[in-house]
Amino acid sequence: MNKLEISISSPHLSGPQSVTRVMALVLLALVPGTLALLWYFGWGVIINIALAVGSAVVAEAIVLRLRGRAVADTLLDLSAVVTGWLLALALPPLLPWWQTVLGSVFAIVIVKQLYGGIGFNPFNPAMAGYVLLLVSFPVTMTRWLAPEVITGQALSFADSLHIIFAGLPPAGQTWDVVSSATPLDLMRSELSQNHMISEIRSSPLWGDYGGRGWEWVGNWFLLGGLFLIWQRVISWRIPVAMLGSLLLVAGLFWAIDHETHPFPAFHLFSGGAILGAFFIATDPVSACTTPRGQLVYGALIGLFVFIIRTWGGYPDAVAFSVLLMNMAAPTIDYYTQPRIFGQRSGSDG
Amino acid sequence: MAEPRELSHFHGGLHLDDHKDESNTTPIRDLPLPAHLVLPLQQHIGHVAEPVVAVGDKVNKGQMVARAADYVSAPIHAPTSGTVSAIGRRPVPHPSGLDDLCITLEPDGEDRWDTLPAPITDWRDTEPAELRERIRWAGIVGLGGAAFPTAVKVNTSGQRRIDTLLVNAAECEPYITCDDRLMREQAADIVDGIGILRYIVGAAHCLIGIEDNKPEAAAALRSAIATAGDDAIEVVEVPTLYPSGGERQLIKLLTGHEVPSHGLPAAVGVVCQNVATVAAVADAVLRGRPLIDRVVTATGGGIAQPGNFRVRFGTPAASVIDAAGGRTGAYGRLILGGPMMGFTLHDEQVPITKAGNCLLAPSDEELPPPPAQRPCIRCGECARVCPAQLLPQQLYWQARAQDFDKVQDYHLFDCIECGCCAFVCPAHIPLVHYYRFAKTEIWAQERERDKSDLARRRHEARVARIERLEAERKARLRQKKDALEKNTAADADPKKAAIAAAMQRVAAKKAAQEAASETSDSE
Repeated sequence: MNKLEISISSPHLSGPQSVTRVMALVLLALVPGTLALLWYFGWGVIINIALAVGSAVVAEAIVLRLRGRAVADTLLDLSAVVTGWLLALALPPLLPWWQTVLGSVFAIVIVKQLYGGIGFNPFNPAMAGYVLLLVSFPVTMTRWLAPEVITGQALSFADSLHIIFAGLPPAGQTWDVVSSATPLDLMRSELSQNHMISEIRSSPLWGDYGGRGWEWVGNWFLLGGLFLIWQRVISWRIPVAMLGSLLLVAGLFWAIDHETHPFPAFHLFSGGAILGAFFIATDPVSACTTPRGQLVYGALIGLFVFIIRTWGGYPDAVAFSVLLMNMAAPTIDYYTQPRIFGQRSGSDG
Repeated sequence: MAEPRELSHFHGGLHLDDHKDESNTTPIRDLPLPAHLVLPLQQHIGHVAEPVVAVGDKVNKGQMVARAADYVSAPIHAPTSGTVSAIGRRPVPHPSGLDDLCITLEPDGEDRWDTLPAPITDWRDTEPAELRERIRWAGIVGLGGAAFPTAVKVNTSGQRRIDTLLVNAAECEPYITCDDRLMREQAADIVDGIGILRYIVGAAHCLIGIEDNKPEAAAALRSAIATAGDDAIEVVEVPTLYPSGGERQLIKLLTGHEVPSHGLPAAVGVVCQNVATVAAVADAVLRGRPLIDRVVTATGGGIAQPGNFRVRFGTPAASVIDAAGGRTGAYGRLILGGPMMGFTLHDEQVPITKAGNCLLAPSDEELPPPPAQRPCIRCGECARVCPAQLLPQQLYWQARAQDFDKVQDYHLFDCIECGCCAFVCPAHIPLVHYYRFAKTEIWAQERERDKSDLARRRHEARVARIERLEAERKARLRQKKDALEKNTAADADPKKAAIAAAMQRVAAKKAAQEAASETSDSE
């Protein structure tokens, strides 16, 4: 009698999708926006990515070893690479190296692995790492560079490396010369000095509809995001709801007084809104999963972004808004369960 | 009638490679008689059948060997003539791989028919109850895989009026082609069966739902319908999208109605029957033949000559494989059913039963073992494909946490186990396995709860009985005492009597005291 040994539960067919493939597609989608950042802000962007990704992978490997999990196999899911990469994209290009490493290690060890690793973290690791750095090192974390298209001068790779590792401004220069506020930061500080939007817009930091350079970074991230929707890695709901609600609220205030509230497109194309909408708020682990829940979740993130940017204490707000809504996600999911097949809805009941 | 019916659609579903061509190009073949036929007593949903033969009995082909033991049950008939050689536990086709009670039959090779009941050719003038009784006698159950007794399913008395008989010819699962071949070769039987079933349930018309990857079968049905001249039957081709053959999904596709979550198709005026079941009904009514065999697909890259076979129940799976030219390549697993809902057989010798529609022997390339499981990343892809519109991922978390109340809040029992969620899962989690686990646990808990409820009720009844007896005893005592007191004091004035009694008591006390002092003095 032939005994058949292998016993596997149905279904016996499985599709082509895998976590590794999902993460690889996310990384691929990040490439255009990353190249745009590199183009406008120099080598620091790449150095940051190398530092953050490297430390994320090493930190994950160590914790997995300590937890007695399969190290190589788990690292292959590429989620640590994505976390490090996203964090690096949010950091100022010349941030001291150890701060980048600290943020990345915090994201992986505390926010991700201590909760149980991939799939179990209630908060977005990259954003939690970013917020840790922002509240701990407000000076370095707000010291951005002006896009090279404005300054006309580019830091060499060696100079960038030197600045990041020595933590000093370029030889013979001060931070004031090389660094610059982000457009969002500038808008905030100028508005707080009661300057009108029309005056503020005369600054060379402005482009056609967002921050100079930033608007194109946004466009390229937008392209990557659309690619992810097309590939069905993310759903359209969170990005559309988030950007839609941000546009709506910003538009409302702009319509009321367009001298003290920037035009709506500014909100979309001057900071992390596009990157956040397509790559961060859509992190499946910490976001809502029901269709209606995703709309609520995205819309509330957009609303919080506007509130924090306009009245809060920090220039950008995507990280805070995402973390706030991470907390609400399970509850939103619970109350937005879809009508199941054969269950009467209110209308046909 | 000429214009195409407007189809509805159901949520989710999957486009799968259908792999029908491997097995649907050759006619249905007969199988040589095997050395033994092993007939499990449980081949259907409901109460297990009761044997009506003993070891050593000679039986004829078509003779009942086990009877339906309850309303929801089905009898079993001998698939050939021979001798009952054993009644005992044997391996059966069940995911658990456990043994179950079976009747083993040794064929004598004569294949001699028993005296069969008379054909009912004038079924239009016969009471539906009598036709149902015939279906019940024939042991017919749903041949699509569910194996629910057909006589019960077509008994729609007391339910909403049925206006549509829906014949499920979708055969949506990849690889399986037994219904496809049956429709091509026995379309006339199917049309006959439809007429009978429509009459029984009182449906004005009939829809046959068939996936559009079976044009030959659809054409065969249409021509049989034209021959019969029955214009109340309509063949409706539906897009090939797994699981369009799910009963609820097909009803939604064809009628636009959703069967209520905990209801039956009758709630939307529909009775649904698998196409092979319909043919079996025609056989039972028009020829007086019980259900003793079925068409089984043997296919997959590991089978030399895939095809369809008319297999007597009780035939070992291995005999079907042999008839299909045996295995090719490395010895792999054998699946009963299709790649989406079938289960792995633990033993190649298990018998084919009424529910067995396909033997799938995949090569390692076509059905590789699943990749290693990773943690759920909550991507929600499962919810996007779920035809029951559930949240498979939430079900998974709750089932994993063994929170059986929550898992029911998320409508676990609306899951049809089609496997779409697990197919698309990027973390390769065997989701359906978790749902089956949770369902089994909940059923077990319910049985436990019923048991402990019974014990509790017994205990409470006992306590109540003891209390009642005690109360009755006390009541009787009180009555007696009252009666006694009444008798003594009946004729005296109560006041005087009380005084007299008091005086008596005082005197008695005095006397006692005196007596006590006397005794103490004398010491």
